[in-house]
Amino acid sequence: MTTIDLGLPSIGGLDGVPTTDDKQSAKDYKSDQEVRWCPGCGDYAVLAAVQSFMPTLGLKRENIVFVSGIGCSSRFPYYMDTYGVHSIHGRAPAFATGLAVSRPDLSVWVVTGDGDALSIGGNHLIHSLRRNVNLKILLFNNRIYGLTKGQYSPTSETGKITKSTPMGSLDNPFNPVSLALGAEATFVARAIDSDRKQLTEVLGAAAAHRGTALVEIYQNCPIFNDGAFDVLKEAGERERRIIPLRHGQPIRFGARDGSAGSGDEGGEYGVTRDPNTGSLQVRKVTEVGESALVVHDASLADPSYAFALSRLTDTTLAHTVTGVFRSVDRSTYDDAARAQVQEAKDSRPADLQALINGKDTWTVAG
Amino acid sequence: MSVDLGNDASAGETGIRKLDRVVIRFAGDSGDGMQLTGDRFTSEAAAFGNDLATLPNFPAEIRAPQGTLPGVSSFQLHFADYDILTPGDRPDVLVAMNPAALKANVGDLPAGGILIVNTDEFTKRNLTKVGYDANPLEGDSLEAFSVHEVAMATLTQGALTETGLGKKDAERCKNMFALGLLSWMYHRPTEGTERFLREKFAKNTAIAEANVLAFRAGWNYGETTEAFAVTYEVAPAKLASGTYRQITGNTALAYGIVAAGQRSGLPVLLGTYPITPASDILHELSKHKNFGVTTLQAEDEIAGIGAALGASYGGALGMTTTSGPGIALKSETIGLAVMTELPLVIIDVQRGGPSTGLPTKTEQADLLQAMFGRNGEAPVPIVAPRSPADCFAVLIDAVRIALTYRTPVLVLSDGAIANGSEPWLIPDVTTLPDLSVTFATEPNAPDGSGEFWPYLRDPQTLARPWAVPGTPGLQHRIGGLEKQDGRGSISYDGDNHDKMVRLRAAKIAGITVPDVEVDDPSGDATVLALGWGSTFGPIGAAARRVRAGGGSIATAHLRHLNPLPANLGEVLRRYQRVVIPEMNLGQLAMILRATYLVDAISYTKVAGLPFKAEELQGVFTDIIEGGAL
Ligand code: SF4
Repeated sequence: MTTIDLGLPSIGGLDGVPTTDDKQSAKDYKSDQEVRWCPGCGDYAVLAAVQSFMPTLGLKRENIVFVSGIGCSSRFPYYMDTYGVHSIHGRAPAFATGLAVSRPDLSVWVVTGDGDALSIGGNHLIHSLRRNVNLKILLFNNRIYGLTKGQYSPTSETGKITKSTPMGSLDNPFNPVSLALGAEATFVARAIDSDRKQLTEVLGAAAAHRGTALVEIYQNCPIFNDGAFDVLKEAGERERRIIPLRHGQPIRFGARDGSAGSGDEGGEYGVTRDPNTGSLQVRKVTEVGESALVVHDASLADPSYAFALSRLTDTTLAHTVTGVFRSVDRSTYDDAARAQVQEAKDSRPADLQALINGKDTWTVAG
Repeated sequence: MSVDLGNDASAGETGIRKLDRVVIRFAGDSGDGMQLTGDRFTSEAAAFGNDLATLPNFPAEIRAPQGTLPGVSSFQLHFADYDILTPGDRPDVLVAMNPAALKANVGDLPAGGILIVNTDEFTKRNLTKVGYDANPLEGDSLEAFSVHEVAMATLTQGALTETGLGKKDAERCKNMFALGLLSWMYHRPTEGTERFLREKFAKNTAIAEANVLAFRAGWNYGETTEAFAVTYEVAPAKLASGTYRQITGNTALAYGIVAAGQRSGLPVLLGTYPITPASDILHELSKHKNFGVTTLQAEDEIAGIGAALGASYGGALGMTTTSGPGIALKSETIGLAVMTELPLVIIDVQRGGPSTGLPTKTEQADLLQAMFGRNGEAPVPIVAPRSPADCFAVLIDAVRIALTYRTPVLVLSDGAIANGSEPWLIPDVTTLPDLSVTFATEPNAPDGSGEFWPYLRDPQTLARPWAVPGTPGLQHRIGGLEKQDGRGSISYDGDNHDKMVRLRAAKIAGITVPDVEVDDPSGDATVLALGWGSTFGPIGAAARRVRAGGGSIATAHLRHLNPLPANLGEVLRRYQRVVIPEMNLGQLAMILRATYLVDAISYTKVAGLPFKAEELQGVFTDIIEGGAL
């Protein structure tokens, strides 16, 4: 399993979930249901990545639950041979919260989309992030409503022409990573459906995190919003747009320029901090020098830095930051809720008769 | 047994009169502590062994403008030496702490009633505020009553001069002065109140002692002044033998939840969102985590029930509490629970609607919402308590149904039950029903494939297996999409859907509920009064009045609204006329007319307060005498 070691306390996201020594393969995680996404849908790649990744966790399959809302991506649980619930539109985090609070022995995954998580379910999303319930939320962002056949979504770029917006959409989109950081999420990451390697790395880090982990996955919908992320996939474009984050390393990207003698980690561009405003910006490394680059630290308690990173991405995808933005340790709601129950159990016996009798009784003789 | 007619049983010679029952109403400004005063008098009556019933009535605003009519808060208490059914139609004694309280309540006081007035508040300014041109204490408008003018604030301040308490703090103790005076008048025990005050204000002993002093000053005022010529005694009630306590509906529901968790052996998760008048269930439950109860105050109503259903899916006892507006928000998740066939209990403490309506007033207009308020054919069992103490048993019955039939169950309480209180014959917990469940552990496919079929039903109950995550080999997927019968895979087949809709309906229709019992002491009644929920008290009290006057009437009360008791149709057909009083516009009547083609007479009122026994007596008498409404 690939994880990013952030030097956090030893209690991990999977502590308490029973493991197995049985060898598992991706095939073990495929259910008998026929997968019914459109041909070429980005969901296939994510499903395959997750099915290949799950065996690396070494968990008992019966202790894994996938919970989803409504939308194309929310069919996901049907295709995983684990426990699964296809709940209602936007409410998967609520359902998963109750499940996670009452069952510490489960690894609970939420699969959602941009409409499900950010529109109808926006409230539940921010509150699960705030509470920091031990959930792993995979947010498939295709910037469109697929299942209802092509209306604009809360991540569609302003001016989007769709069936419901023939003259262009009017509203400003959410940046899901910024939103999650605004809710003080303890773990926020972004990956792209087509980059299996990075997606797998991010899934590993999310699984290891104790608390709510939000992973935004850019996912192509070839039917209603084809090519939305193509610029991030084309050779030549990809390198100068994607800013990959690696904990503890300078943030540097772009075409490798061997002649500059910058080594394997090099790249034409880097991220620097404006000393006046504190905001982050993309600069040519040759202009600012390598020492000016920001060294990525996902463990900063203050979310402002991660937020500034998230602002380097906009809907034009001129730049897109990927990887783990933030991964910090904070008490989780479910652990704390169980601790309260345990504390109460330890301090007072569960005497039902005494409880219902209360303090003031009187007796009527027969 | 006495009947619920008068209150003048006998007059003693020593200035002590024996009564069989009394109704007292404490009324004041919302800041005057009338609810606390009423609660304490209730506890004294309970400790003394009277039967009792209470009706708190308070504004929706936390602090409505002081001294105004909308700011009036009252607490009515009925206590007796026999088993009573209602908080009483009209007070025998009205305590009015200010002109607003007098104006808002004096209309309910019958001629000859006792009126105790706190004169200190009858200033020109306060009188004008509520539209009194002249001081009613000075004219003859209160002539019909036995009026006692007591300067409660002044007397309280006087009693507390030694304490060094500020004037304002001292004056705030005047409700305890009133309580002391009434406690003296009715020979109530006082130790309980003194102990209570010392505990309540344990953090501030000066305030605790001031309250105790004010309480005693009220008592002494009665004893030493000669303003009150008579005092009254109401003997303990001869209730069924056993140990009793006083309990409100919301507390009884909370205890029922704890008990259901213990008797099922399942952890309890209450997912909820604060709403009047249901929040006290959350408050109470959150104190009892030592019973393995988790309380989750969610971000909204939808998340509350979502978390509860998620917990149920994981094998816990999922619960949610709300009022009518919350049910509207929870409807979609109730539908998901119907579709996924998971146990879940939803408590609706009904209040005046629609929309925000009358948050602190009672109503029972959510019945049709509970029956039908979801998309598609989504049947849900419904149970309704008839009184505060009944809530405990009803909740346990709701859990029995939820666990046995793997279904969401709606409990319909209401504001009057939630905040009202009465004596409760405390059950021996070892005699409570066994609610233990069996989770699925093995593959069950009838074709021997070794697969697990999540929708293979128990032939008896039609319930599907409850296979919780963590069970090896039973991994399966459920959700809101239609399922193939048995196997449980997604199915869009029309015939299968038709079959599943009918199976879900048959499962709920087949739930075992006890027969409805008819009370017809004379055996020759031709009119049946049928009710559900909190109309139990007024219907019963009205029937007693009818019978005491020589008339015959049968009564029956429904705890189970869905499914209805199997014998109900036969019972309805036995009577020439059936009258159904409801605090809505005839919702049960509509269901019964449709189900049994019975020409039921609907009598309805939605005024935010329970029916009065006198009013229903008139209705019943009219019908018995052949009149139609
Ligand atoms: S509509 Fe788009 S997102 Fe939905 S399955 Fe088809 S391609 Fe995938």
